[in-house]
Amino acid sequence: MRTLVAHDVAFILLAVRWTLLLSAFAFIGGGVVGSAVALARTSNVRFLRKASSAFIVFFQGTPLLMQLFLAFFGLAIFGFEVSASVAAAVALTLNTAAFLGEIWRGSIESLPKGQWEAARTLGLGYVTTMRRVIVPQAMHIALPPTIGFLVQLIKGTSLVSIIGFVELTRAGQIINNATFEPFKVFGIVAITYFVLCWPLSYWGARMEKGLAVSMGRPVAGM
Amino acid sequence: MGYEFDFSFLWNYGPLIVEGLLGTLIISTVATAIGMVIGVGGAAMRLYAGHFLSSLVGFYVEIVRNTPFLVQLFLFYFGLPLVGLRLDANTSAVVAMAFNVGAYSIEIIRAGLVSIPQGQIEAGAALGLSGYQIFRDVMLLPALRGVYPSLTSQFILVMLTSSVVSVVSATDLTAAANDIASLTFHSFEIYVVITLIYLLMTMVFVLLFDVIERHLFRFAH
Repeated sequence: MRTLVAHDVAFILLAVRWTLLLSAFAFIGGGVVGSAVALARTSNVRFLRKASSAFIVFFQGTPLLMQLFLAFFGLAIFGFEVSASVAAAVALTLNTAAFLGEIWRGSIESLPKGQWEAARTLGLGYVTTMRRVIVPQAMHIALPPTIGFLVQLIKGTSLVSIIGFVELTRAGQIINNATFEPFKVFGIVAITYFVLCWPLSYWGARMEKGLAVSMGRPVAGM
Repeated sequence: MGYEFDFSFLWNYGPLIVEGLLGTLIISTVATAIGMVIGVGGAAMRLYAGHFLSSLVGFYVEIVRNTPFLVQLFLFYFGLPLVGLRLDANTSAVVAMAFNVGAYSIEIIRAGLVSIPQGQIEAGAALGLSGYQIFRDVMLLPALRGVYPSLTSQFILVMLTSSVVSVVSATDLTAAANDIASLTFHSFEIYVVITLIYLLMTMVFVLLFDVIERHLFRFAH
């Protein structure tokens, strides 16, 4: 047992780059896959709707930790050389895709049917309607919950510490095992997460309030 | 390739899986119940207490919602013994989960309370109900009915999040999976099975809450 020194604090704080990198990777990758999921969920093709729905049910109905374990042990079985970082990136990307896909589906479907009908009357095809009419409006509605999910994602990356990926939480565990000063060590870890997440939460909540006002919905006291 | 999938070992570990399943159900239920109490008390304080108490509750909510549950769990699990509270793994898991769920419950119940129309509260006062009666019958119960869907989906979220408590060696479904994996070396198979059990539990609870809703709020339809 030794005392907590400045070097340990630096080790924890520097590990935040892996938390950020993993969050960014999963958010971008999950955003790309999630767009496809949202389009499949709102398409006219029955098979696409069913398949994307099953994808969402699976990732929203099972623990993220199990998804990480399945990626970790599953990829190995199918002959891929996996490190914790690859398994973490794969599982978090698919998980993010399911949640963003469902959020964006809701945003697309919240637009009045008349928007589709007007576009069709104007002779616009599916792609043009989506790109020029639906998505620009849906994005406005989707932004607050998307930011809310980003906070969930940043917090969710802490679970990859369990499969051995050294990010913020794992760095804290390593230092705590050596110094056994849990309040200081996990206090620093918690404050670091808070500094990352709280501005996003605040921004998302403010935007949601603004959106509710612009759409004439009642606003709960902030 | 050439990996042989083998699920036959499962039969030997049935009791372990059932024990883990019960652990998950108990931890999530107890944590949710305590979280509801924190939620009602906290929401009332947030809305009606003085500036200091109200801000304190707001601070608690923001801290919990913007830090990972795993880090909160570590703080409780490693921290409580240092302040003289020696709890076993399951108890510290429940305490940490209740602390976490409590904050989310405050936000949900507060949203329900502020959605009660002012006229309804005034009607209660005009009928001569006491302050406590107004809070309970005119505000809280209708508010809980309004946020029932949020509260039930939160329970399912708690159940899924509780898989994390296996990290501090609490007895739950994920811990059972970890034990069986290290005993049999069939890691992938056991995690597939346990994942499907979680999925099944989610589906069963969705159905169950739906049935309960229809009976509980029959008068409102």
